[in-house]
Amino acid sequence: MRIPRHTSPRSARSGPLSRRRLLQGSAALAAGAAGAGTLASCGSARARPGATEIDYWLWDALQLPAYSAAIDLFMEQNPDVYVRITQLGWDDYWTKLTASFVGEAGPDAFADHLARFPEFVRLGVISPLDGLGPLDEIPPERFQEGLQELWTGEDGHRYGLPKDYDTIAIMYDQKMLEEEGLTPEDLEDLDWNPEDGGTFEQMLARLSLDENGVRGDEEGFDPTRVARYGMAADPGIDYTGQTSWSPFALSTGWTFTDEETWGRQFNYDDDRFSATMDWYFGLVDKGFFPPFGEFGDSSPTQTQVQSGTAALAVAGSWMITTFANMEGMELGITDLPAGPVGHPVSMFNGLGDSISVQSDHKDEAARLIAFLASDEAQRVIGERAPFFPSTDAGTEAAVDSYAGDGLDVTAFTDRVDNDETGLYPLVENSASIESIMQTAFDQCWMRQIDGADFVSFNDRVNALFE
Amino acid sequence: MSTATTSTRSSAPPRRRRKKDDTKLALLFIAPATVGLLAFLVWPLLTGLYYSFTEYTTLTPPEWVGLANYQAMFADPVFWNSLKVTVLYVAINIGVQTVVALVIAVLMQRLTQSTVLRSLVLAPYLVSNVVAAIVFLWILDTQLGIFNVFLQWIGFDPVAFWASETWVIPTIALVNVWRHVGYTALLLFAGLQAIPGHLYEAARTDGAGEIRLFTRITLPLLRPILALVLIMTIIGSFQVFDTVSVTTQGGPADASRVLQMYIYQNAFAEYQFGYASALSVALLVILMVITFAQYWASNAGKSDLD
Repeated sequence: MRIPRHTSPRSARSGPLSRRRLLQGSAALAAGAAGAGTLASCGSARARPGATEIDYWLWDALQLPAYSAAIDLFMEQNPDVYVRITQLGWDDYWTKLTASFVGEAGPDAFADHLARFPEFVRLGVISPLDGLGPLDEIPPERFQEGLQELWTGEDGHRYGLPKDYDTIAIMYDQKMLEEEGLTPEDLEDLDWNPEDGGTFEQMLARLSLDENGVRGDEEGFDPTRVARYGMAADPGIDYTGQTSWSPFALSTGWTFTDEETWGRQFNYDDDRFSATMDWYFGLVDKGFFPPFGEFGDSSPTQTQVQSGTAALAVAGSWMITTFANMEGMELGITDLPAGPVGHPVSMFNGLGDSISVQSDHKDEAARLIAFLASDEAQRVIGERAPFFPSTDAGTEAAVDSYAGDGLDVTAFTDRVDNDETGLYPLVENSASIESIMQTAFDQCWMRQIDGADFVSFNDRVNALFE
Repeated sequence: MSTATTSTRSSAPPRRRRKKDDTKLALLFIAPATVGLLAFLVWPLLTGLYYSFTEYTTLTPPEWVGLANYQAMFADPVFWNSLKVTVLYVAINIGVQTVVALVIAVLMQRLTQSTVLRSLVLAPYLVSNVVAAIVFLWILDTQLGIFNVFLQWIGFDPVAFWASETWVIPTIALVNVWRHVGYTALLLFAGLQAIPGHLYEAARTDGAGEIRLFTRITLPLLRPILALVLIMTIIGSFQVFDTVSVTTQGGPADASRVLQMYIYQNAFAEYQFGYASALSVALLVILMVITFAQYWASNAGKSDLD
């Protein structure tokens, strides 16, 4: 959906279905059909008489097959529990979840997002996981470092069990690179800074092409008539900048808030941030980045790269499969450029499973989500998943599965292995922050305001925490 | 009236069996509609009014905060902007729609008797708002939209209809004109049918042309219907939501954040149902004022035919 603007953090990790559901109707239908097939297959394992029925909800259609398979396995091993799976598109998901909490008819366990769970904690609708069934036996070390921290409330209680994680890298079409006379090695070890953009900006210039065939680094390049932009643009850029500006801002040493999690002071007024904004959206003036509105929801980054209207896409790990399946292109994946801190920095985000306060079967729900975090389930999920499960076993299975398809995804996993990540902003008031900051990012992209003008928006955001 | 009734009754011979009055039966017949009205209109209206004085998340009990929501509303720049955007939308939507509908209605009355043509005019109205919005979202897409392909073909640059602050409100307004104009035209057409044909004949005998017929006969005699149609369409227009929700969700920046969109965002994205209720009450008050003013100004209760 155009996004959310109101509800969905548009560049939040939501899978391709959520945001572009309307314009990818056929894709949605296909995914829906796949989902229906899977559901039917798991429906064949009928609830045994006397079995406790619990509901599990998730939004990502791409994750459905993997989780259905794991849940089938769970029901085999736990014949006393029957799990009903419901999958809904991103927007409907949160609306229906809210409505079901009001009507006390919510799921027992559900896939949760970092942009949402603080609100659920505040409203008292999700249950602390401590003391529930086998969950106390799962130490935070089970998951990739930092993931459990993201799912821990200000009160120190866990409110979600990490189910997967995502990082950011750069995707491109290898054929395009070849035609340009470049090799994948040329994209490695690029550096970036907000002043002159470093070798990364030189590469963007090299790959930009105007309608007369003049390259961005040549005399006479017309930045108003561009045939191929150096960098692809998300249809919407929001307050997290997950697959847009965040790798650049974070690699200056900038952080979203005063604390790593649960911060109460945002840093959109920091000089490093405003310099990054001026560089990032300044690319529009140079002709290396699409102007606002050039690509709508119908033309997400993978389409821009596929059609050759953009060269490099900053993209999330959950999009690997989508990019790899784009017809007529050969997916290449490379590292983000190293920033002023001396190395690349990717945002680190992950989904979690939460349990509803209203559930009458919290123990069964806890057994389910504990199982989903087990090595056994994580391997099942990893093999089928177009994303990285939260544990080492699951991640390895996913990496192997990608390698089997001829894809090297280390540009994504290296960020975690090398500790080169910055956490997704885990804060309260995310919906209000989003609506305040959306105006600022839109206006900056439309070249109406500068990086320095974010100060007043930052004041409004910080006022939410007073 | 009442004297007439009494006199009829007294003059008629008293019939015993008919003496039972019909109140109970009448109440029974009215009951379903009344229950619906109370349950789905009056009660929500009252609770909405109450919630506008509270802080309410729907998941925790409402907390009385007095006039705080209204104070916040008057100080909220996004509210004032949304009001401005909504008024601009209504002006373009109603302005264009009324003129085009009137032209279509007059053409239907003066030129053609074809039922097929009349039905065709109504066809867009049979399409749901959401479907219409999605179809136009595609047609007007910057990259793939067929309309932009056409613009390029005749030598223009493609226009970002949904992503330009200048174009977004006119675009949404005109999409909704497309959908509603047939229905509006039909209502006006019905009004035209009520104008006696002999007036036109008489005027024509006196040598009046089509334009003079329109300004001197059609328009004045259509006034009550036109006023009523305007009242109805303006109320509907102020409540625009679905098209915006489907296409732009209020963007770019706040350029299409109409009042209903802002209400929805506050309620369902930010769980501020109290504040959203206050905004809804504001919309209600605005609509009431506009409607009464319009009714009074257009003298809609009277016809010039008498």
